Amino acid sequence: MAIATAVRLNQAPRKRRRYRGFASSVWWFVLPALALYVFAVVYPSIRGSLFAFTDWDGVTPNPSWVGLDQFARILTDPNAVVAVRNTLLIAFAVTVIQNAIGLLIALAVNSHIKSRNVLRVIIFAPVVITSIAVGFLWQNLYSPGGGINQMLEAIGLGALQQNWLGDPDIAIWSIIFVVFWQFVGYSMVIFLAGLQGIPEEVLEAAAIDGAGPIRRFWSVVRPLLAPAITINVMLSLIGGLKLFDQVFVMTAGGPGGATNTISTLIYSNAFSLGRFGYAAALAVVLSIFVAVASIIQYRLLALQER
Amino acid sequence: MKKYTWRTGVLEVGTILVAVLFLIPIYILVNLSFKAPGDQSSTFALPQEPTFQNYIDAWAQGGLGNALINSAIVTGAIVLFTVIFAAAAAYPLSRLGARWSKLTYLVFLAGLLLPAQLALLPLYQTVRDLGLLGTLAGVIIVGVGASMPFSIFLYAGFMRALPAEYEEAAALDGAHAFRTFWSVVFPLVRPITGTIIILTAVANWNDFLTPLLYLSGSNQKTITVAIYGFVGQYGAQWNLIFAGIIISILPILIAYFFLQKYIVQGFAGGLKG
Repeated sequence: MAIATAVRLNQAPRKRRRYRGFASSVWWFVLPALALYVFAVVYPSIRGSLFAFTDWDGVTPNPSWVGLDQFARILTDPNAVVAVRNTLLIAFAVTVIQNAIGLLIALAVNSHIKSRNVLRVIIFAPVVITSIAVGFLWQNLYSPGGGINQMLEAIGLGALQQNWLGDPDIAIWSIIFVVFWQFVGYSMVIFLAGLQGIPEEVLEAAAIDGAGPIRRFWSVVRPLLAPAITINVMLSLIGGLKLFDQVFVMTAGGPGGATNTISTLIYSNAFSLGRFGYAAALAVVLSIFVAVASIIQYRLLALQER
Repeated sequence: MKKYTWRTGVLEVGTILVAVLFLIPIYILVNLSFKAPGDQSSTFALPQEPTFQNYIDAWAQGGLGNALINSAIVTGAIVLFTVIFAAAAAYPLSRLGARWSKLTYLVFLAGLLLPAQLALLPLYQTVRDLGLLGTLAGVIIVGVGASMPFSIFLYAGFMRALPAEYEEAAALDGAHAFRTFWSVVFPLVRPITGTIIILTAVANWNDFLTPLLYLSGSNQKTITVAIYGFVGQYGAQWNLIFAGIIISILPILIAYFFLQKYIVQGFAGGLKG
């Protein structure tokens, strides 16, 4: 009802002449999308935020309101502190590594090398493999007698062999490497799309003016690539903050909680431990991280795009 | 076309080396899947007696056929409804300058920032209370709703860049809004529809958490949930597990090799929008 009224109020006469009946009849185009989106995202997200202020265990019909207690609990829970630290580390490290290497590979396969098409297909292939398959594959590769240690042995670097997922200090970096391996192709493709939008003539003109490869990259390519950089940084940052599947499969948060992320901690608190209120508070914290990260990077990159 | 210099050659060799490093895990995945259980040779060594038995066993024991069909149904339905509903919604949102349409667009965009984990618990309850737990319909409804923000974002960006003259001409010819959308606008946005189909299909075929929550404990499993259960059941039998994993990723890999040239094009279109 409210929507219909708003439409009628907003019908400018000029608009009505250009699109006969357009404004008054199209609001229902939005309805199916809006209904499903409200059902699956908006309404449960609002309810989820409210649970964060209760002590709900998932069973009791009437949970009681506990204010900010659950958030205070996060600060004193060693598991949560580690999970928050891991989440930020993964997001930051994956964003930097994946985009830096992804850009280098994109520049390489955008050059005139003959194998460029095959290489693009190979590097992007892991992106389409489901994360849990990737997780199981690497669990095997990282095992003490697995492929990585065998390879180090074979090339004479046997001293570098590690218990890749079993050592609490190393495990988080092992996970970061897997995420990089899996998604660097995604960054590459987006950079590649951006690079292909840069006309050859512009680069040639810069070369004629005496600009070397680095100067050409920094002064010509980089500014034109800004939209691709924006999208890439946003996707890897948000993806890193929400990381769940790979960790769940490879370490389940172990050893001793050393590789928990906020997402795996939400899952175990909600579905194994019955602490729905606490899990909801963790989800709110994760949402705040995602929102803050998005706003900061949007601001920074908007400056760059100018 | 530039000349192929020795520097290009060095670049080529270097890039191929990087690609080979990338392929090592895939090589091991395929290699182990053809090894007999008794084969104790190194992970890198080729199988002593290559066998298809792991594939036969994985197929028979993992219920993978049924799971592949379920994944195909879920993915197909989510892609279909996502494309129709997102395109329809993006059309007025990108064309009208009304207050309600601007506001609605912002509400959709907010969904890009909300992590699924926030909605996880209450949505699980709602799905359960509606009796949709353990049904593919539950996963489909949730999947379509969750894919709206990104798809509408891409569609709206693309539609804004379209000239309005075609629609105005159609409107002058007496076409109603629906007719204009379906016969004029929808065909014009075909490039971005391709991108959305690919991205939505890959994301939902590979999705694990949603089907794990809504389908676990039921007979209906998608391929990711089936593989997860399969590994849990066959613990350390990696030859068998890897055969199962290859069966699970083969359909999407085949689709990818056929569609890969559209992926780069699609991203290029998305960037302009």
